[in-house]
Amino acid sequence: MIRTTLAALLLTTTAHAGEIWVTNEKDDTVSVISTETLEVIKTYETGERPRGITFSKDFSLLYICASDSNAVQVMDPNSGEILHDLPSGEDPEQFVLHPDDRHLYIANEDDAITTVVDTETRKVVAQIDVGIEPEGMAVSPDGKIAITTSETTNMAHWIDTETQELFANTLVDSRPRHAEFLRDGSEMWVSSEIGGTLTIFDTATQAEKAKISFEVQGVHPDRVQPVGFEFTDGDTHAFVALGPSNHVAVVNAETYEVEDYILVGRRVWHMDFNEDRSLLFTTNGVSGDVTVIDVAKREAIKSIKVGRFPWGAAFRPTN
Amino acid sequence: MSPYLISLRAIVGREALRFIHQRERFIAALVRPLVWLLVFAAGFRAALGLSIIPPYQTYIAYETYIVPGLCGMIMLFNGMQSSLSLVYDREMGSMKLLLTAPLPRWWLLFCKLAGATAISILQVYAFLAIAALYGIDMPPLGYITVLPALAVAGLMLGALGLLLSSFIKQLENFAGVMNFVIFPMFFLSSALYPLWKMAESSKLLHDICALNPFTHAVELIRFALYVQFNAAALGWTLLAAAVFVAAALWGYNPSRTGMSRRG
Repeated sequence: MIRTTLAALLLTTTAHAGEIWVTNEKDDTVSVISTETLEVIKTYETGERPRGITFSKDFSLLYICASDSNAVQVMDPNSGEILHDLPSGEDPEQFVLHPDDRHLYIANEDDAITTVVDTETRKVVAQIDVGIEPEGMAVSPDGKIAITTSETTNMAHWIDTETQELFANTLVDSRPRHAEFLRDGSEMWVSSEIGGTLTIFDTATQAEKAKISFEVQGVHPDRVQPVGFEFTDGDTHAFVALGPSNHVAVVNAETYEVEDYILVGRRVWHMDFNEDRSLLFTTNGVSGDVTVIDVAKREAIKSIKVGRFPWGAAFRPTN
Repeated sequence: MSPYLISLRAIVGREALRFIHQRERFIAALVRPLVWLLVFAAGFRAALGLSIIPPYQTYIAYETYIVPGLCGMIMLFNGMQSSLSLVYDREMGSMKLLLTAPLPRWWLLFCKLAGATAISILQVYAFLAIAALYGIDMPPLGYITVLPALAVAGLMLGALGLLLSSFIKQLENFAGVMNFVIFPMFFLSSALYPLWKMAESSKLLHDICALNPFTHAVELIRFALYVQFNAAALGWTLLAAAVFVAAALWGYNPSRTGMSRRG
């Protein structure tokens, strides 16, 4: 009986084997965490101040924003070798890969532009003027719209990916840092770090639909700073990193109500799920670790030490 | 039934009966840790959560941290309460009657200890149930694995109570026990703050806390609640229990107390 249960458990876990790749901003490295053993299994060196991180569609390439090297680096995740750099413009912080698996939309924080790079020809396709200190990047699931949020202008800039031109600008609360579309593309969410809110837009009309505020018991409101967030399976809930409040909020994506707060490490930045979205991995900048959250139970189950100032996280399956 | 079992059943039964009849005592025993949990800990919500120490695998709220310490507190107060009742028994004469039973003295005292421990364990489980309702729950298996840890901790603290009762001559002296035993034992332990936090303020305080058997009892309970075994804590708690029992037996030695001569 016990043996059968163990075997079944082993089978279910191997079915979801994978890795979470985390950029360590101060160590200039990426740490690789096994989603099965919840331990760091590898560490690779990168360019200076790695932040944004994402995989190509088939997970054969890893793109890393090496902010202080002014480059997007392309790594072979099987060997950890940096294959080449992509031209990225100055100080790339966050980026997003277009659903065509070819074009990267990169926020250039110092230059107030969004750079579009073709990863095959390794050439800059377009540079789009946006607000000051662009940071958050998102692309709609149909690939038609790209979003850049600018931290100082406090706007979400809507880019038509065919013409590579802005077609709308919408105001959000102070210091917008991250943007995401729902999987059906109907809504676009933006987090505002200083404003302490999430703003939800209707994609079709670019009109503001709702705004969510947070209140963590025992934490001063100034320290509640929403940054990265991700949607659960079926887009029913969003998990929102609340920066120096050291909590992750669970937001109901239908009622827009905050249902829970989960204690994680210090200054939580970004996050990603494992394959079946049962576990969430959050990067905690100041405490230098990654907290693993059981999504169903909404409980932190473990914190794993990584390098100094972990920032971005990306999942890749290994089987 | 062997006379040993009869005496065990009678003494434990009497303790249980006394406890059931004193409903205020049960409520008081629960109110004390609940005040700490719901009021004291509320102000310290953000105090911890900065460093991960075993058996915890991630950051925890202060409320979660102090639950094992408060379980220990229940047992500590109960141990002292039983020492108070022993002094009362002696003043009333029922102790003399008990000790004249034709059974070894150590067995009779052990029965007393077992009765007191069983009652503390009941109280701890009632407290854990309320804590779970409040939202501080442990792994389900932890509620079972904590049982032997509670038994060991309860015996150790009960033995301390027994030892104290052999030296306290009158009920009036019990206030001294409060000031000189319960408070130092509780505050100079890992019940309220982890030892690394103590070390930050004073090395001496840390060393005293590390020597305090109550610290080890609390750590034993803490690890057991998270289905982990802490051999060092178990060793220290058992050692302290053995020392207290030996000293209590010596304290209750008729040739020392002169009970046999008077009886």
